[in-house]
Amino acid sequence: MFFRMLTGALLRQRGRMAMIALTMALGASISTAMLNVMFDVGDKVNQELKSYGANLVVVPRGASILGDLYGAAEGDETPKPDKFLAEEELPRIKTIFWAFNIVDFAPYLDTKALIRGPGVTAEAPVAGTWFDKRFDAPTGESVETGIARMKSWWDVKGSWAEDGSPCCEASGMIGANLASKLGVGPGDKVFVSEKSEAPVTIKGVVNSGGAEDDWLFAPLWLVQGISGRQGLVSRIEASALTTPENDLARRAARDPNSLSRHEWDTWYCTAYISSIAYQIEEVISNSRAKPVLQVAESEGAILQKTQLLMLLLTALSMACASLAISNLVTASVMERSAEIGLIKAVGASLFEVSSLIITETMITALVGGAAGYFAGMGFAQLIGHTVFGSAIAARMVVIPLVALLVIAVAVAGSLPAIRLILSLRPAEVLHGR
Amino acid sequence: MNILELKDISMIYGQVRALSNVCLSVGQGEWLAIMGPSGSGKTTMMNIIGCMDKPSSGSVLLDGEELSKLTPSELTAIRRDKIGLIFQQFHLITYLTALENVMVAQYYHSMTDEKEALLALERVGLADRAKHLPSQLSGGEQQRVCIARALINYPRLILADEPTGNLDETNERIVLNILRGLHDAGTTIIVVTHDPEVAFEADRTVYLEHGRVADVVKKIEGTAAACASEAQDLVYAAKA
Repeated sequence: MFFRMLTGALLRQRGRMAMIALTMALGASISTAMLNVMFDVGDKVNQELKSYGANLVVVPRGASILGDLYGAAEGDETPKPDKFLAEEELPRIKTIFWAFNIVDFAPYLDTKALIRGPGVTAEAPVAGTWFDKRFDAPTGESVETGIARMKSWWDVKGSWAEDGSPCCEASGMIGANLASKLGVGPGDKVFVSEKSEAPVTIKGVVNSGGAEDDWLFAPLWLVQGISGRQGLVSRIEASALTTPENDLARRAARDPNSLSRHEWDTWYCTAYISSIAYQIEEVISNSRAKPVLQVAESEGAILQKTQLLMLLLTALSMACASLAISNLVTASVMERSAEIGLIKAVGASLFEVSSLIITETMITALVGGAAGYFAGMGFAQLIGHTVFGSAIAARMVVIPLVALLVIAVAVAGSLPAIRLILSLRPAEVLHGR
Repeated sequence: MNILELKDISMIYGQVRALSNVCLSVGQGEWLAIMGPSGSGKTTMMNIIGCMDKPSSGSVLLDGEELSKLTPSELTAIRRDKIGLIFQQFHLITYLTALENVMVAQYYHSMTDEKEALLALERVGLADRAKHLPSQLSGGEQQRVCIARALINYPRLILADEPTGNLDETNERIVLNILRGLHDAGTTIIVVTHDPEVAFEADRTVYLEHGRVADVVKKIEGTAAACASEAQDLVYAAKA
């Protein structure tokens, strides 16, 4: 009988139920889109924030951090590092607890070399690096990383260089100022010499507006060869997804040993820049990982604020849906007051009447919510392509979350109507008094 | 033995005394008619007897149970188990068939039994209209569905509010015949009506005026229209 009444009520009030379903669909679609974007926004925002530069610099223990920053490479202060890290240990970075938060990294071997162009020879800083390196991590994961991914904001005239191998002629990138000094451009060949000489075909001219404009970037193996530092790198730049720092993270950054066991576990298992740095130091021998705090904190803060915004929009859309549904359900109950009064008069308890109304609303809301979920997936893709230029991954966790929100909104939206049912007296609606 | 006893019942809405110190007893199996002009307190009395309202003062004994002290949910239970309600406006659920409308009362009473509901419709001559929606039934047929719904749980008391108020003469006769049949079977019936024809069918008629019992008239067996005023049954609101 309950289902007969339910079906009858749903079919009889098709228009009103359609409005409830539509309202719920709108709320659920916004929530689905926002939650999917929120869960995926870390990667997307990180891509956008790469223009801030790397947020971690790993240097050999005892080496000066100044050399890692391009600002220190001006004039005669071009780094000539005397301490090094082992290139063979680099894949270990992808084995740390927060390996998936290390989005990209690139090693550098900095030196100063003579660069001979078609007519001019000049001494200039040279960095051996990975342009777009593919390797298998110890975990079995295939990793692609390098400066082509990390320096996506560089204005490159020509194309990105390739890593190549010692059996072939190397390609490289040259800073715009240095290219102008040497009178070279894409397709030209220069010769780089320190302890030995090697040709480099210029693939692209870099205009970054920074110190890179005076540098030559060549494959790591080539610079290791001409400088006689086989298998060595002088620094690593890494871009990591991080959680904004708090007091715990700042205390840990000063001295991890000052933390209690519980605090240490919390810190270690949270993607603070300091804990990621600590974990990198654990896997790269004799290294010191330095967070570039202004970048890391900005990234974390922007990410957190973006996610908070998404959550607020979700909450707001559901609150609006709840208000609209409560109006619709209340209007429906008022319209059906004689019917509800009759049901109460023939002996229905308040629970029985309320459960009938809540079930009607719930079924309608779930139908609307399901439609809203699929519409929301569409919105998410629209946001992904419009804002981030790529698709948003569909997260399974969003389905139960949206279902819970829909149920909560349906229940909350029914509450004023339930209150009305409680106060509705059969004598009033059936006999007018 | 009395199934219903109203003792000194008053009902006050703000400044209005809808009922004033009413005393009334209804015997088991009796057919009582309540008459009176608009605003005399008929509907208020009906709501109190039907457990849909509580008096401002006084006591109501239904089947030996004091109603004025019961909670709303206890009153609902009494209404469900002991009272069958018939309305002037029928109050059928528009999206349910005649049969389902009868089964609604079964559902909230105990459990549904389609055969029994169909039998109830048969008793009111509507077995062939069981699958029809209220909108496909005439006013008289809707009232008969309403009666079938009131009967389905075998109530001890049938409360009918202007049961023929919206019906033509033919349907009025049909409904009265059904009520007479119920009365003959021993069901207690209380009917609120403006219609002397309906009141004439009752064993006793109570006249209300300004919230008080103004007169009580008993039907004399074997006479067609003559009714005698029975002084001993007059229950004036002496205290007022």
